Amino acid sequence: MINEKDLTEIVERVIEELEKEESREAVDQAVKREAKSNNDEIVDITDVDLKKQFLVDNPENREAFLKLKESTSARLGVGRAGPRYKTETLLRFRADHAAAMDAVFTDVSDQLIDDMNLFKVKTLCRDKDEYLKRPDLGKKFSDETLAEISNKCEKNPQVQIYAADGLSSTAVEANLKDIFPAIKQGLEGYNIKIGTPFFVQYGRVASMEPIAKCLNAKVCCVLIGERPGLATAESLSCYMAYDAEIGMPESKRNVISNIHADGTPAVEAGAHIADVIKAMLEQKTSGLDLDI
Amino acid sequence: MNLKTRLFGEVFSFDSVKEVLGKANEEKSGDQLAKTAAESVTERIAAKTVLSNLLLADLRNHPVVPYEEDEVTRVIQDDMNEKIYAEIKNWTAAELREWILDDKIRGSDIKRISRGLSSEMIAAVTKLMSDLDLIYAAKKINITAHCNTTIGREGTLAMRLQPNHPTDDIDGIMPSVMEGFSYGNGDAVLGLNPVNDGVSNVENILKHFDEFKNKWEIPTQISVLAHISTQMKAVKNGAPIDMFFQSIAGSEKGNEAFGVDVELLTEARELALKEGTSAGPNVMYFETGQGSELSSDAHHSADQLTMEARCYGLAKRFEPFLVNTVVGFIGPEYLYDGKQMIRAGLEDHFMGKLSGISMGVDCCYTNHMKTDQNDVEKLAVLLANAGCNYFIGVPVGDDVMLNYQAAGYHDAQAVREVVGLRPIREFEEWLKKMGLMKNGRLTSKAGDPSIFLNSNGVK
Repeated sequence: MINEKDLTEIVERVIEELEKEESREAVDQAVKREAKSNNDEIVDITDVDLKKQFLVDNPENREAFLKLKESTSARLGVGRAGPRYKTETLLRFRADHAAAMDAVFTDVSDQLIDDMNLFKVKTLCRDKDEYLKRPDLGKKFSDETLAEISNKCEKNPQVQIYAADGLSSTAVEANLKDIFPAIKQGLEGYNIKIGTPFFVQYGRVASMEPIAKCLNAKVCCVLIGERPGLATAESLSCYMAYDAEIGMPESKRNVISNIHADGTPAVEAGAHIADVIKAMLEQKTSGLDLDI
Repeated sequence: MNLKTRLFGEVFSFDSVKEVLGKANEEKSGDQLAKTAAESVTERIAAKTVLSNLLLADLRNHPVVPYEEDEVTRVIQDDMNEKIYAEIKNWTAAELREWILDDKIRGSDIKRISRGLSSEMIAAVTKLMSDLDLIYAAKKINITAHCNTTIGREGTLAMRLQPNHPTDDIDGIMPSVMEGFSYGNGDAVLGLNPVNDGVSNVENILKHFDEFKNKWEIPTQISVLAHISTQMKAVKNGAPIDMFFQSIAGSEKGNEAFGVDVELLTEARELALKEGTSAGPNVMYFETGQGSELSSDAHHSADQLTMEARCYGLAKRFEPFLVNTVVGFIGPEYLYDGKQMIRAGLEDHFMGKLSGISMGVDCCYTNHMKTDQNDVEKLAVLLANAGCNYFIGVPVGDDVMLNYQAAGYHDAQAVREVVGLRPIREFEEWLKKMGLMKNGRLTSKAGDPSIFLNSNGVK
């Protein structure tokens, strides 16, 4: 049996230890705060998982609402400053919109095009503004450009693959290096031959039509940046068609969209795309008629 | 009819009323894409000058799509009041503008004359107005409509609560509903754009909305914005619907692209009156937007503003509770930037009111337009001053399903306070009862969506 004196000593020792522990924590925190202020480090607001954030002051049922919030990416439970947004909410919205706008209004870097041994051509659009205003010009090329494509590319390929900026250069930058080798590997596994890849600036989906005709490609496939949302600016789409014709209906094209790290990852999408292309070559058709 | 004028001594002449209407438009990328726009600013003003001298009869007699070819033209022309038209047919477009702006002319006078106007006349006078003209003139006209509650009373601003979800997951939709109501949104309508247009999905969401509305005794309307034929099937299966929604265009061909015609809309309205859950009599909800006709190659070489005016001429026949122009939704090839978006919002709102319909605006933009949330807020404040019936509200302005940005839930209260407006009366009483609003101001409880929950989830 332990006597009362011993017990008191033990309790006092434990309390002492705990106090030390607490003060050690406090010191650690103070050190961290100091280090942070020394580095002038402000947290990256885009790192915050919005689904887990709840900014309402004195809510009635925080946990119950957070549980519901797991089921949506909508910006909920944000609280308010008067009838306006809290600063954090406002800045996060602006940051996400900034990423989306930059994806649209910047260009794919020459570095990426060089790294992937591509050559670059333009549609009839002179600049980004014209590209956005004139969807009709984003699917056409000058005769000189078509001659250049024809000179630099292998003719009559089974599959012609190329990339275009579309509405998100960021999507091309984020995915092209992963998706292109994945498609190539998939097709090589099926003994399907790919033509010479290249890059189209200011390109719309239907730019595949004159390209397919110019090179006499059986299947034509464009990897193109999607219109960015606030959730991601990195989403890429792959549009494919068999025997593409100028002015063909949309229903003759197949698309695999939502290719990005949080959607279908590029490597996985590449394998899927190879399967669709194989089906097109076997069934000699595409779009709604394709059985996959 | 004179289609020629001189400006600074230079002669500008035009081939048709349609060309004058097109070139008299303020700059819009969609008119440039359609090749209906003026080639220079001077030509634009020359076209406005010619337009200002056209008689209202000239405009009626030259609809941009011929009467024989197009049922929208027929609806507009057949529904005009001939006595009133006869009184004003020899007015010029300029005289109509000045009459509307005249100090002695009240909203009730304008509403009467409105019955003698064709959509081309409404488009013409709009093209002659500056932005402040559009605000001033619209402010005079109050258009009310009643479904379960009355929208459009002077001094009110309502909101559609838009709780969209990328997969229609009801567990993800409902927290958006709760948040919206906690900020005083949802007095115009609780309305969701579904991803999946299937009948059972639409029925399921309607049932959840109806349940929530009844449980909390919210005086408002509900809608799921599927294709109208889907909603009709849902109602026939017993789903609760307060009104029918449909997107419409300003030409028969444009409506074909939406899969509707006048006959179907007529049938839907009769069904809503017979099988709908609301008091009525206004049981229709339409959405429009400049450029939608061009996007389906159904614009008949007319400019996008005139085509938009024709949507309202068509909508009017069905006495809608709500008409909403989704002003910046279809992208920069129609409205390039914030300036064009704001102008189009003011134009559409004025044209809707002059057409005699209950008009709201989705102040919005896509991420490939050169604009941002500040322009949405500006347009909202301008329109609230112009007496707009309602806006669309989404959580923090970010619609996670349609991937565009609109006004936010928070904007409702801020705009109401700044401009001196209130929610729809019955709805404000409900907000008071819930302890969310007092004397027109938010209480400390407002903005807490979890008041609709208990620790086990939904109360």
